[in-house]
Amino acid sequence: MSLRGLRWGLAAAGSALLSACNTVQSALAPVADESRAIVRVWDLMLWICGPMYLLVLLALGYALWRNRGNGHGRASERTLWFGLLGFTVLTAGLLTVLTAQSYVQDRRLHAPVSDPVNVRITAKQWWWQVEYLDADPSKQFTTANELHLPVDRPARIELRSADVIHSLWIPVLNGKEDLIPGHANTITMTPRKVGRYRGQCAEFCGLQHANMALDVRIDDAAGFAAWQAHQRTPAATPTTPSAIAGRNDFTAMACAMCHAIDGTDAGGVVGPNLTHLASRHRLAAGALPLDRGTLETWILDPQRHKPGTNMPAVPLQPQQLSDITDYLMTLN
Amino acid sequence: MATSDSTIESQRERGREALLRTWSDRPGFMGWLTTVDHKRVGRRYIATALVFFVIAGILAMLMRIQLSQPENNFLGPDRYNQMFSMHGSMMMFLFAVPVMEAVAVYIVPLMVGARNISFPRLNAFSYWIYLFGGIMILAAFLLDVGPEAGWTGYVPLSSSDFSAGKRTDFWAQMITFTEVAALCIAVELVATILAMRAPGMTLRRIPLFAWSMLIVSLMVIFAMPAVMLSSSFLISDRLVGTQFYNAGEGGDPLLWQHLFWFFGHPEVYIIFMPALGMISSIVETFSRRPIFGYTAMVLALVATGFLAFGLWVHHMFATGLPPLGNSFYTAASMMIAIPSGVQIFCWIATLWTGKPIITVPLLFVLGFFALFVLGGMTGVMVASVPLDLQVHDTYFVVAHFHYVLIGGAVFPLMGALYFWFPKFTGRMLSEALGRLQFWLFFIGFNVTFFPMHILGLMGMPRRVYTYPSGLGWDLPNMIASLGSWVIAGSVLVFAFNVFYALRAGRPAGDNPWGAPTLEWATLSPPPPYNFEEMPVVRGSEPLWPLDTDLPVMTGLAKDKREALLTTSTDALPATRWAMPDPSIWPLWSALALTVLFVWSIFSPWGVVWGAIPLAVVLTVWFWPKRSEPSLGGGE
Repeated sequence: MSLRGLRWGLAAAGSALLSACNTVQSALAPVADESRAIVRVWDLMLWICGPMYLLVLLALGYALWRNRGNGHGRASERTLWFGLLGFTVLTAGLLTVLTAQSYVQDRRLHAPVSDPVNVRITAKQWWWQVEYLDADPSKQFTTANELHLPVDRPARIELRSADVIHSLWIPVLNGKEDLIPGHANTITMTPRKVGRYRGQCAEFCGLQHANMALDVRIDDAAGFAAWQAHQRTPAATPTTPSAIAGRNDFTAMACAMCHAIDGTDAGGVVGPNLTHLASRHRLAAGALPLDRGTLETWILDPQRHKPGTNMPAVPLQPQQLSDITDYLMTLN
Repeated sequence: MATSDSTIESQRERGREALLRTWSDRPGFMGWLTTVDHKRVGRRYIATALVFFVIAGILAMLMRIQLSQPENNFLGPDRYNQMFSMHGSMMMFLFAVPVMEAVAVYIVPLMVGARNISFPRLNAFSYWIYLFGGIMILAAFLLDVGPEAGWTGYVPLSSSDFSAGKRTDFWAQMITFTEVAALCIAVELVATILAMRAPGMTLRRIPLFAWSMLIVSLMVIFAMPAVMLSSSFLISDRLVGTQFYNAGEGGDPLLWQHLFWFFGHPEVYIIFMPALGMISSIVETFSRRPIFGYTAMVLALVATGFLAFGLWVHHMFATGLPPLGNSFYTAASMMIAIPSGVQIFCWIATLWTGKPIITVPLLFVLGFFALFVLGGMTGVMVASVPLDLQVHDTYFVVAHFHYVLIGGAVFPLMGALYFWFPKFTGRMLSEALGRLQFWLFFIGFNVTFFPMHILGLMGMPRRVYTYPSGLGWDLPNMIASLGSWVIAGSVLVFAFNVFYALRAGRPAGDNPWGAPTLEWATLSPPPPYNFEEMPVVRGSEPLWPLDTDLPVMTGLAKDKREALLTTSTDALPATRWAMPDPSIWPLWSALALTVLFVWSIFSPWGVVWGAIPLAVVLTVWFWPKRSEPSLGGGE
């Protein structure tokens, strides 16, 4: 039993595990042209490699079984040489098929696209800066850690790094592509299904590599246009007294050294642009969900939630902390 | 008649005594420090590598505890990152390559019928350098200056801007240590196999293990300079501000990756191909027939050695290289499955037509088939550019390389340790404990690593110290973590088996398995001079059929350390060669070089001032002597 029984057990366990498969960050739940092309390669691989694996193990099992007791093998050397030749030709043939399939599908990943959404993603330790490019500079805007794309329209993403090598990986859309200092890489993806997905840095980039996620939203065309239009507007002007105090503190204190809020004096470019912070769903590149409570504890002590992050704990009075949090939560 | 027999016997006895006097080490601790006997060096090399294996394995256990649950707080990011960097670096540089070379240091000279390895003092030097490098990196790790940028040390993460302090410097210098050690052994093995084979052991009769070590050694000689270059560039970038890898100053971070993987990919085969040789020895012995397709096997080894240098870009498919170029590397990577397939076929054909006896060594080889072929299949998958773009740097790749490295190299190594343990020690390991160990290892391994395939496909990147719940990663991670304890159990069983066998194991005799190669033609453990008289080889399985007498060649002096050199292709006796005595200078040289290497971590002047003592000890070591083959170290 042992060997084959174990295999079957593993296969069963494997399929049980796969059924618990997520659909937001799985390479096997593709929702874009590119990721679907890759799944075709995967399918063919499974269909060729799986049977070959079984063939080898069965041959091995039979070789051991037929000579149990003290029987003697009877195949002549000549037969074996023919067998070797046949096996080699078979292997080479199958590998050729796989190479061809790999080549053909790889073309799809690099196919030219028309009328793409142009985005530039700059990776920094440990978050993503996302800029929507446009021929008209007034239509450009910058956000962070959240990527919105319209369905059924290709997106062309320029990849830059501000420090070390990172890798943009949104498994449901496409494979990964590195962001390398001094290199200008691009990746295209053509989403086909509206939904909420997740991407993550895939190249080890230091202390907080584990907490460098990207919230990905595929919107319908109207939803995307509305989101874009909203993101282009400057920050909302605070109305409540605490929010006004919070804005004044924010722009007067260390916060503005690193963060920009369009429409205010805060213009730092080291950290994420916060113009529409409250419209996002996650905080600190996916480390925390975003609500008033998490935002406040994050500002109070970033190192506790994301040890090593470049954001320092700015000394604030409790009132200032509360005001700033109130203000930031108005930035829809 | 009886008198002449006893005369011959007493003559032989006197010969043995003379040989023993000539080849023995000095007594006591000094002998331990000065030995140049390949068997003693090989034994301590193997033992040291296994200690590093256990330490690196414990680090892996700690990482698995951290990953057993989402958002676990067992280890922080800083500790975790140092641990996975240490785990990878130690397993690759301090365990896998050295242990394979160590087995070869012990076995190859015996297998080709030589008195000692070709450059015995260099061999001793290699061990000391390896030991000191390993101690240095462990000490650094315990002092919280362990490596933190992964075993691949990608720049700019490993540059001084992003890895301040001395952590990466210790790591880069550890590479220098281990590469020097590996190069020394590679040179010795090439010379041993090409020039010291027993008379009659023509190229067509070299045992496959020796063939694989010959090719591996040549690969080491070509591959290691690339990583020494890349790590030296890194050290000088960090220490004296050269800008080889700094994009802002005209350097290029991708240069590191090209250089590193030009070494790093052959490195995988440097680990794996000795295992292929071990498998051939084991399969041949326990099938009771010569390996089918010897020529095809040798050609497959050579082909793998060549192709291994043409694959490095498949570690870089996501870096944005031109797509057409990537496709060539896909084809080259797939091609390497052909020689692997040829070898798998030949072993199965050997078992098919032989009379397989399932002992523990063969059991580990059968485990190899089940695991390595699976790892080979996932290897074909990651060779494909589009698929690799998904699974690259995920747990799928972690699963893949553990299947090929543990399944492909550690399982055969375990088999080889069971196989040659009687030769190393004169005692048999317990078969029952061996079977227990095998099953624990096999089951534990699959439970640990199989779920990682699924994790990778489900989007889990590697080298993360934590992960959120809700992505379906919790259960596979928990299963993997549990499996790691089963593997730990199997290692404990092995350790117990070894200690028990050393104390009370069954005496082995010269050739307990009825194996066909020359290492089994002498005592277990072999005497310091290996063979009483030089064996002469008349076929590819010199000891088969088992009851025939092995012809020998006499004429080497017994009162001098003499070795026989033979021609490279036909192994015709060519000349007698004076082998060196035991010496303390390899140890002093290794110490001086260690001082230089460690000093240069802190200051470039370490290279300047450290070179002086090194030059002195090397001068003494190599001072020309007007020596005949010596009278030995006993006196």
